[in-house]
Amino acid sequence: MKLNLNIWRQKSSKDKGHFEKYTANDVTEEMSFLEMLDVVNEDLILSGKEPVAFDHDCREGICGSCSMVINGDPHGPEKSTTCQLHMRSFKDGETLYIEPWRAKAFPVVRDLIVDRSAFDRIITAGGYISVSTGNAQDANATPIPKMDADEAFMSAACIGCGACVASCKNASASLFVAAKTSHLGILPQGSVEQKGRVKKMVAQMDAEGFGACTNTGSCSAACPKGISLDNIARLNRDLLKSNF
Amino acid sequence: MKLESHIPTGAIEDKWDNHKFSVKLVNPSNKRKFKVIVVGTGLAGSSAAATLSELGYDVHAFCIHDSPRRAHSIAAQGGINAAKNYQNDGDSVHRLFYDTVKGGDFRSREANVYRLAQVSVNIIDQAVAQGVPLAREYGGLLANRSFGGAQVSRTFYARGQTGQQLLIGAYSSLMKQVDRGAVKLYPRREMLDLVKIDDKARGITVRNLVTGEIESHTADAVLLCTGGYGNVFFLSTNARNSNATAAWRAHKKGAAFSNPCFTQIHPTCIPVSGSYQSKLTLMSESLRNDGRVWVPKAQGDKRLASEIPDAERDYYLERVYPSFGNLAPRDVASRQAKYRTDEGKGVGKTGMAVFLDFRDAISRLGQNVISERYGNLFEMYEKITGENPYQMPMRIYPAVHYTMGGLWVDYNLQSTIPGLHVLGEANFSDHGANRLGASALMQGLADGYFVIPATLGNYLASNSLEKVTEDHDAFRESKDRVSKQIDSLLNVNGDKTVDEFHRQLGNIMWEKVGMSRTKEGLTEGISSISKLREEYHQNVRVPGDKNYKNEQVEKALRVSDFLELGQLMAQDALDREESCGGHFRVEHQTEDGEAKRNDNDFSHASAYEFTGESKNMNWTLHKEKLEFENVKLATRSYK
Repeated sequence: MKLNLNIWRQKSSKDKGHFEKYTANDVTEEMSFLEMLDVVNEDLILSGKEPVAFDHDCREGICGSCSMVINGDPHGPEKSTTCQLHMRSFKDGETLYIEPWRAKAFPVVRDLIVDRSAFDRIITAGGYISVSTGNAQDANATPIPKMDADEAFMSAACIGCGACVASCKNASASLFVAAKTSHLGILPQGSVEQKGRVKKMVAQMDAEGFGACTNTGSCSAACPKGISLDNIARLNRDLLKSNF
Repeated sequence: MKLESHIPTGAIEDKWDNHKFSVKLVNPSNKRKFKVIVVGTGLAGSSAAATLSELGYDVHAFCIHDSPRRAHSIAAQGGINAAKNYQNDGDSVHRLFYDTVKGGDFRSREANVYRLAQVSVNIIDQAVAQGVPLAREYGGLLANRSFGGAQVSRTFYARGQTGQQLLIGAYSSLMKQVDRGAVKLYPRREMLDLVKIDDKARGITVRNLVTGEIESHTADAVLLCTGGYGNVFFLSTNARNSNATAAWRAHKKGAAFSNPCFTQIHPTCIPVSGSYQSKLTLMSESLRNDGRVWVPKAQGDKRLASEIPDAERDYYLERVYPSFGNLAPRDVASRQAKYRTDEGKGVGKTGMAVFLDFRDAISRLGQNVISERYGNLFEMYEKITGENPYQMPMRIYPAVHYTMGGLWVDYNLQSTIPGLHVLGEANFSDHGANRLGASALMQGLADGYFVIPATLGNYLASNSLEKVTEDHDAFRESKDRVSKQIDSLLNVNGDKTVDEFHRQLGNIMWEKVGMSRTKEGLTEGISSISKLREEYHQNVRVPGDKNYKNEQVEKALRVSDFLELGQLMAQDALDREESCGGHFRVEHQTEDGEAKRNDNDFSHASAYEFTGESKNMNWTLHKEKLEFENVKLATRSYK
């Protein structure tokens, strides 16, 4: 099949950026979305132009690198990362608009690549358990109810891609923060530091310029790992509790 | 060059304890005066950086990604082994040690493997303390599953995301240290050279991938935790940015490269679907716990799997290896799949696949149980292929997955360059000629959390290291060389893209240095690789410029190194006149097609010293004799 692409091109964070038109020919259903872009890029290089820059790495939906908005949806129409999106989700002759994540806290580095170091700084503010290597007791010393362990796992499934921020009209990072505070707070090992953790992480989120949460739930809908909105409710509850 | 393994004396169970007691320590208040560079932030790098900074060292951590959490360890699916014996099924440190040495086809160093088995139990404790949500039973205690090459259940897991969860654990420890100001982080930096002063590793030259700037960083010790080199094959299960450049450049500066031909072809990957294919996706080996591998008995049988009755199916792993069945180790299972497709019994459009079938497990255990165990893997499979594995069997085929070879290290994880230490997949030491499933995560974390923190101090305390600065001639020369190389690649302006060359190299590697190797094929391979390398430097096209985020420049540098490393892999495969583990020489097989080792002539680790000059490839082979005092050399049998 053939697709008409409008791809965001931007030289650096200082450049204004604009859409450019390209055609993707000979696209097959089995191709992944990124493989389709690879083919476009190879053609660009051979015709003396610069390829489109985009972040990608594992290409199996787990590293969280890929980050593009396709026709208004972060990671495109399916519930997956862009690398796991396949061309069978599109129709011959379709027109696509491909853009980077849009958020003040994620400045564009080049074309579709944004700087997500704000997420690392939020984790640095408290997204950890203070245990040094060698301090651990036997792994089975503290039984954890399976339901809790599973719940913590579901929150820990966050891959830090930032689709939640990209989908939110406020560019809020609440789902990202909540997934981490839930993952650690549900577990007995992490509950000890929970009060300070939620305060510090939320303060850092605000300092980075992410917006506030108004509970529209687009984050959870866009999340390729299905992180639930319950996490944000839990974060708000923990944040309130941290004042007492 | 002399290979001194520094294996401590004493009984195997006592070596590590004795060694920890005998090494010199650095006084706690002096540790902050030592600057340690850690390159790579996967399991080995993150855990090493976090732990060394907890001890007090001044740690500087570098990664090529935008965040340390994206390192490729994140993609490991199945699990991590540990000799906890929580299942009371007869596991022990000694059994894990034995399984790993045997699984590696007797080409690993006993003392290292024993230590690995010893610290494996501490890794699980550490991970749980960090909040890693490993799978649990209803009683609240940790769950285990079985993995290939073992008859006990010792694998800990977090659904199909064990790598992610363990990496997030190590990453969070790393970020804790960043929060405390004890680690300085340098994301989007790629190491392009090792800087030596007075023959010791004293720093690195890196490229800032956003600005293109070439930077110098000094250190008292450098740790390479940069992963394996599977991407030489272009198509592999590795992430697209995984590369050998840091290790290769250290090699060209004097670090011996060991057993480069030991590559692991993983049996259960999603097959290639077309020429645009950019990578191969692994389906965790844990699936073989419940999935049964088969092909139709008749050649060219194109019926749907559901239309083929049991009597016309060949469950070949169960047939050939009745005691291990579908859990035969990776090298064995991969070769058997190749034999079946070679016989014309492959399935799917291309005929280059076999079935992995869950029909029986679903009817025995119910779909819920299967979905609980492998839900996300099934989902991933369906996303990629458009087929529902609950209803029809998966199609799988072997793909390059892991490299057992790597930079040679002694017992302290130090390379042949003093001060340069190598951890995780980047070193060669623990897996011999074949790695068992769920052992990569174990080794990366063992090296980072427990081994290097104990051994690095000895180097720092026993060497007087003069202060060096970035304006030292060695740093300037290195920067200059790196800049010139980038310019020369940009200036070629030829007709072929970097990926075209890389694909071509991958084809040569897969055909000639892949699952089965012959003298003739390897000789051809060497000459094709060296021709391709020559063409590369005359005809590659690297678009754009160097002073901004330009992936093509990054790739061009990596592929120029792959083109050299590929040749060494073929040369090593040619030299090793035996079959062992993942290295299968057609000339050396038993009557029923199993690997035939030659312990008399090849019970050694091959370590190559680079003796060429820049683009002129030349190596001198050194050998470290492997002694087996605790595991009796035997023919590996899974029948």
